[in-house]
Amino acid sequence: MVTNSAASAVSISASKIIPLSMTALLGLFIVGFVGFSHLEVVHNAAHDTRHSLAFPCH
Amino acid sequence: MSLFRNIVLTAVVAGLLSGLLLTVMQSLSTVPLILQAEVFENAAPGAGHSHSHEAVPSAGAAAPSHEHHHEGAWTPADGLERFLYTAAANMLSGIGFALVFVAVCEAMGGLNNWRSGLLFGIAGFVAVVLAPGLGLPPELPGMPAAELGPRQVWWIATAACTAVSLGLLAYSHSAVLAVLAILLLIAPHLVGAPLPPSHETAVPMDLEARFVNAVFATNLVFWAVLGTLAALVRAKFRSGEEAAANAAPGLVSR
Repeated sequence: MVTNSAASAVSISASKIIPLSMTALLGLFIVGFVGFSHLEVVHNAAHDTRHSLAFPCH
Repeated sequence: MSLFRNIVLTAVVAGLLSGLLLTVMQSLSTVPLILQAEVFENAAPGAGHSHSHEAVPSAGAAAPSHEHHHEGAWTPADGLERFLYTAAANMLSGIGFALVFVAVCEAMGGLNNWRSGLLFGIAGFVAVVLAPGLGLPPELPGMPAAELGPRQVWWIATAACTAVSLGLLAYSHSAVLAVLAILLLIAPHLVGAPLPPSHETAVPMDLEARFVNAVFATNLVFWAVLGTLAALVRAKFRSGEEAAANAAPGLVSR
């Protein structure tokens, strides 16, 4: 029983890796798109946000 | 899957609300300063930019000659349209930051109450705004700056190094790792941010100083609220996780 619960504790934290990294990647993609995309149209739309969040701009 | 759904929901709610608050704060502080700076930027094309000074008389007459509103590229019209796009970009940024934030906090085992959320949020401010802002201060339109690509690389590297460093300082008990953390904290600033070839600009320095203050203040509030909200909302979205976690041992013991 002790070994069982220890094993399941490890497998739970391992099973967290995929959802957590997927979430983080999704977030990085969104921030990258809004704040770092070189597309002129995206830059112009998010212009004031980029300046106000101190992202490198222009 | 329930964990993924719950933390994405948490991040979307916390990101939307803090992005909304950020939009209100910006409308009162940073955006008016940006609009003022654009007047100076447009009045003196060439200052701080790569445009040649010989081109000033003709370019000055044909209005939008400054570098970041290229001819042909779509730009939201000033006023309501521009505000709405800024609001949307703020909320998207809020959601994006919140997704990364909640994922990192979960990996660290945190976000158990509003206080841990607040502390994580302040750490987020240090990593994403303060540390990169020390080398690349928040800049108004028309401020001179180095090439965009190297600045973005330096910004991302500094934010990543600072985040890892704070994590090591908070969670490791080894002296070696603490030394590594301090090295990571200062290394980007020893390397130095890419600097512009000239600091000459038409934007008054007091405008820039007020803008830097406003950016740091609004972002500190944004990150503190984002962290606190994420912790509060996370407590509401936990359904299914305990069941999934308990299911396996429960089945085995029966």
